[in-house]
Amino acid sequence: MLTFTLRRLLLAIPTLLLISAVIFFMVDFAPGSPMSDIPLTVPPEVRAKMMAAMGADKPVHIRYILWMKQFFWNEPLYGIDALLGTDFAQGAQRIISWQSKVPVFQLIGERLPQTLTVMGTAYLIGILIALPIGIYSAYRQYSWFDLAGTFFSTMGFSVPTFFTGNLLILIFAVKMGWFPTIYDTNLRVTDWDSFYRMAMQMALPVTVLALFNAAEISRYTRASVLENLNQDYVRTARAKGMTEKTVLLKHVLRNSLIPVVTIIALGLPTVFGGAIVTEQIFKINGIGAALIGAIHVSDLPVIQTITFIFAVLIVLFNLIADILYGILDPRIRYD
Amino acid sequence: MLDARDETAPLVQVKNLKMYFPIYSGLLRRHSGDVKAVDDVSFHIMPGETLGLVGESGCGKSTVGRAVLRLYEPTAGSVRIDGEDIPTLTPEALRRKRPTMQMVFQDPQASLNPRMTVADIIGEPLDEHTTLSRDEKLARIYELMDQVGLNRAFANRYPYAFSGGQRQRIGIARALALNPKFIVCDEPIAALDVSIQAQVVNLLEELQDRLGLTYLFISHDLSMVRHIADRVAVMYLGQIAEISPRDALYAQPLHPYAEALLSAVPEPDPSGAQQQRIILKGDVPSPANPPKGCNFCTRCPKVMDICREVEPKLQEAAPGRQVACHLINPL
Repeated sequence: MLTFTLRRLLLAIPTLLLISAVIFFMVDFAPGSPMSDIPLTVPPEVRAKMMAAMGADKPVHIRYILWMKQFFWNEPLYGIDALLGTDFAQGAQRIISWQSKVPVFQLIGERLPQTLTVMGTAYLIGILIALPIGIYSAYRQYSWFDLAGTFFSTMGFSVPTFFTGNLLILIFAVKMGWFPTIYDTNLRVTDWDSFYRMAMQMALPVTVLALFNAAEISRYTRASVLENLNQDYVRTARAKGMTEKTVLLKHVLRNSLIPVVTIIALGLPTVFGGAIVTEQIFKINGIGAALIGAIHVSDLPVIQTITFIFAVLIVLFNLIADILYGILDPRIRYD
Repeated sequence: MLDARDETAPLVQVKNLKMYFPIYSGLLRRHSGDVKAVDDVSFHIMPGETLGLVGESGCGKSTVGRAVLRLYEPTAGSVRIDGEDIPTLTPEALRRKRPTMQMVFQDPQASLNPRMTVADIIGEPLDEHTTLSRDEKLARIYELMDQVGLNRAFANRYPYAFSGGQRQRIGIARALALNPKFIVCDEPIAALDVSIQAQVVNLLEELQDRLGLTYLFISHDLSMVRHIADRVAVMYLGQIAEISPRDALYAQPLHPYAEALLSAVPEPDPSGAQQQRIILKGDVPSPANPPKGCNFCTRCPKVMDICREVEPKLQEAAPGRQVACHLINPL
């Protein structure tokens, strides 16, 4: 397993290099740059100085290599310094946002907690709802519960979050006035009162995203459990005289979980990535909102860095899903 | 051990067992008919006896085995095993009854949970139905593995690491774990190589002698049934055509279907008198829509007018032999 993990990590290096190049050049070649926003009244030599100050005057391949060095060497050094209080980086150049002139990783550090709180909670709740629904739907196939569950997940699947989000805001925030419409990023949870307010402002976005995630996961769970329920070894377990609980939760569920775990693990990067649309609707100042903001003003370093981080996460969770396979299924040994 | 009453009373008594699978069709999945997989089947098995159940594919042999053990919920009929009526037991009582009656499944690959080690598979019923300590349980698992001829060193391996014959031994050890009285062997050798089949059948016979087991041996392999069974029931399209003692049946089958079936057994001795094969024409009718009258009337070489109108009942035709055919005069 260790050899397998190391081999996969080594294989990830060329993959990520290729992805980084594609992302960097595609974003760079896209039309629009912060330079185009400088008024024409600014004299050309001032304009050139402004570009030089941001490093935007260098050819694209130089900027790519510089960005790579900053991403893989300088920024980790700053990270270590921040954690241990050392000074390895010694003022080396960081990836700077063209828009705010703040290091991009500092920006991400500010935005990520909001995203993780909301998306993480939504994902967790989604899984907790989806598994029992999926299992019971399969166990009582074609029952009313199953039909309702199928209806619910088809709805969750097919109705986009920007629709359900706005619908919920309209009903519960505007008409009923139960929940706030805007997420307050500055709210710190210090006591019960602020915890209550936090819960209230998280309620709507978490509901929207949890329903969306639960719809997908419950479909896969149901399909997978159904497939295993008809297997011969389930009949063997019943013939052994095991309780239905043991049959379902030990024999069937363990065999059914593999595809479900894949879906869950592969979906996890979206938790970090933030559901970009949902963050916009609920005004959550998360990483998705940061990305959209950067795209609006062609803040290339921010776009390139955040997009690349998403790519790294997806590659990483693919690997984690493969390793989980090996843990769940004793037949799969990668060595 | 067994008192006088038990020796004369059958261990398994099946009466008018019916197993219909509903067919749902149309937009609203209305109940539009039934597949009559098992239609009014009755037989009994004495303690220590092996009843062979033969018939072609799809005739309902396996369904009988599963319905007898209530792995399916039978549509109607009674199944008395060791004094209790299986179809009417409550789920909890049925679960406690399971140790008495076990099954060896056809597909030794699919019937073992791929995520459990051999020791877990064999030991799981012990967790559920006994209060053995860990060490006692392990000792019992090793004892069972010895009984079926599996190396103890393999206890922590997973089913995929075994050959078909070894897997079937695991299945047999699992069935034996709780000292059952009655075992349904559902085509236990059909998925095995010919060279392994004899080993497994001999193992089953040996265990029967040693542990006093009673078998319902389901198979389409007529030579194997001849080898292991004391009495043989021949099934056709969900019904029993003939039940006879083994030797009598193989010497002189009474039912035309049994005759045709036995004529298809290959003769191992080429110099011997070549038996005339009876070739049946046509296909087996659908069990969802069986013919009126005798189920076999569409293919029977000796069909008469009455066969298409009146369904023959299973009746005693000779001592110990029951046949369902209008040609045979009851005793």
